[in-house]
Amino acid sequence: MNRHVDPREALSDGDGIAMGEVLLDVRNVSLRFGGVKAISDISFDIRKGEIRAIIGPNGAGKTSMLNVINGFYTPQEGSIVFRGKERQKIAPYEAAASGIARTFQNVALFKGMSTLDNIMAGRTLAMHRNFFWQLLYYGPALREEIANRRKVEEIIDFLEIQHIRKTPVGRLPYGLQKRVELGRALAAEPSLLLLDEPMAGMNLEEKEDMSRFILDVNAQFGTTIALIEHDMGVVMDISDRVVVLDYGRKIGDGTPDEVKSSQDVIDAYLGVSH
Amino acid sequence: MLYQIFIDPFVQMVDMPDFLLQVIWEGFVAGVLYALIALGFVLIFKASGVFNFAQGIMVVFAGLTLVGLHEAGVPAYLALVLAIGVMAVLAIAVERFVMRPLVNQPDIILLMSTIGMTYFLIGLGEFVFGGEPKKMITQELGLPTGSTEIEIGERGLVILQHIDIAAAVIAIIMVSALALFFNKTRIGRALRAVADDHQAAQSVGISLNQIWAIVWFAAGIVALATGIMWGARSDVSFALEIVALKALPVLILGGFTSIPGAIVGGLIIGIGEKIGEIYWGPLVGGGIESWLAYMIALVFLLFRPQGLFGERIIERV
Repeated sequence: MNRHVDPREALSDGDGIAMGEVLLDVRNVSLRFGGVKAISDISFDIRKGEIRAIIGPNGAGKTSMLNVINGFYTPQEGSIVFRGKERQKIAPYEAAASGIARTFQNVALFKGMSTLDNIMAGRTLAMHRNFFWQLLYYGPALREEIANRRKVEEIIDFLEIQHIRKTPVGRLPYGLQKRVELGRALAAEPSLLLLDEPMAGMNLEEKEDMSRFILDVNAQFGTTIALIEHDMGVVMDISDRVVVLDYGRKIGDGTPDEVKSSQDVIDAYLGVSH
Repeated sequence: MLYQIFIDPFVQMVDMPDFLLQVIWEGFVAGVLYALIALGFVLIFKASGVFNFAQGIMVVFAGLTLVGLHEAGVPAYLALVLAIGVMAVLAIAVERFVMRPLVNQPDIILLMSTIGMTYFLIGLGEFVFGGEPKKMITQELGLPTGSTEIEIGERGLVILQHIDIAAAVIAIIMVSALALFFNKTRIGRALRAVADDHQAAQSVGISLNQIWAIVWFAAGIVALATGIMWGARSDVSFALEIVALKALPVLILGGFTSIPGAIVGGLIIGIGEKIGEIYWGPLVGGGIESWLAYMIALVFLLFRPQGLFGERIIERV
């Protein structure tokens, strides 16, 4: 039988989900801290291969949402379906093992370590030799180290940070730190990449660079990306679909154009007289 | 009086260089052992921010386990393997029953929990092995005994105990292996990652629980090596626990987060207190060895609170 090969199918990286299908489904998630409701009954999905923006005013619950997705927080209600598997509670390292990588709002790098070591740390999950092989530092463990090092060099080339490979990241300027952090997340070869304000505090040129990297990652590796961003220009330019949060509720969901013209969204951003 | 303080000791040093060398050697060996204990502290402090008060008793406990097993009829090398196993079990238990329930608690609570662990281990050790000092099974483990005499000049003589040479060599091997492990392997990187940022470490797929267990195990192995070496010079007894607190001034000198710092600090304290005891001790009736280290550390704190190699001002503890 002559099986028709869908080019989109061919691109899927072995998780059995075709491009454009739902990769992550957030179902009626609510999150409380004591009496404070951070997220109330939010549902949305992220499709494979898209760039999904999460926007909203300060305190809308955007970062909390990312923290729920990668397991830092456990929601009191609702569930998350990732790659067809439903889950209620997951440890952050398990989320990472299932293919979710992320960056942080305030750069969270390993400051004492070099750029190279930071990105190598991102490959933790790709390396399996156990404690005793590592103690020997010989044979399989060494080969594994070399193979992963090659992958890391590719990422370094991709992000154009060859010149700072050996620099301890604590000494780098902020914009470069953000880039190294992106590299560390990419090193895991994630199927879902969460970016928490990747362009916060950057100047125009740095923002353009970062936008280009995000688009390239999406186009070249087919990585699905969910990002939180405040710069509306950037959001409208690079994202396929946008979800809008306000006070922990979802008030908009759609293409950038749809969202831009939604009255609820305009009210939330500009304020409304009651 | 001033002559006795500032001139006389140096005159003595120059007069009898072989004796000075002997003193420095003794100090060096003590320093190596201090450094090993401090290394155990540094490992745990780096990865979890916990100041492990129980490191001293872990040295005693490891040594007692080894000797106790051998007394019970287990061959020496098998006892060594079993003692390593006991340290692994201890590490897993500490992670499961101390670190995990207390995660994200203030540092002072974690410190208190390690003090609690100290007394638990003292009790357990006395219950299982009894409170009597025990002889280390030096020969059974194939460690060298005896001594070498080196002649210096015409009448000079320096005596090197073989066990001390072995202690220094083993310490150097352990420290190099640890340094390589920390810098070149995935788990070593994960350890440093956890030390730098818990959240980011978790986000790249590092399990904090696993790392803590590994780091306590590594500290346990260092404790076992220290226990053997120290036990071979004196006895294995609970008094060692007090001596182990000498690691505190070593850490203040070297910095709480630095492995090279632990080594250099250990050597400075070890050599410094021996020289102080021999040449300046008689002026105040001797016995300054027990407190001189703390004095050195105190003076040092005034000028460099983060230690020689410390990464930043110490906020913890």
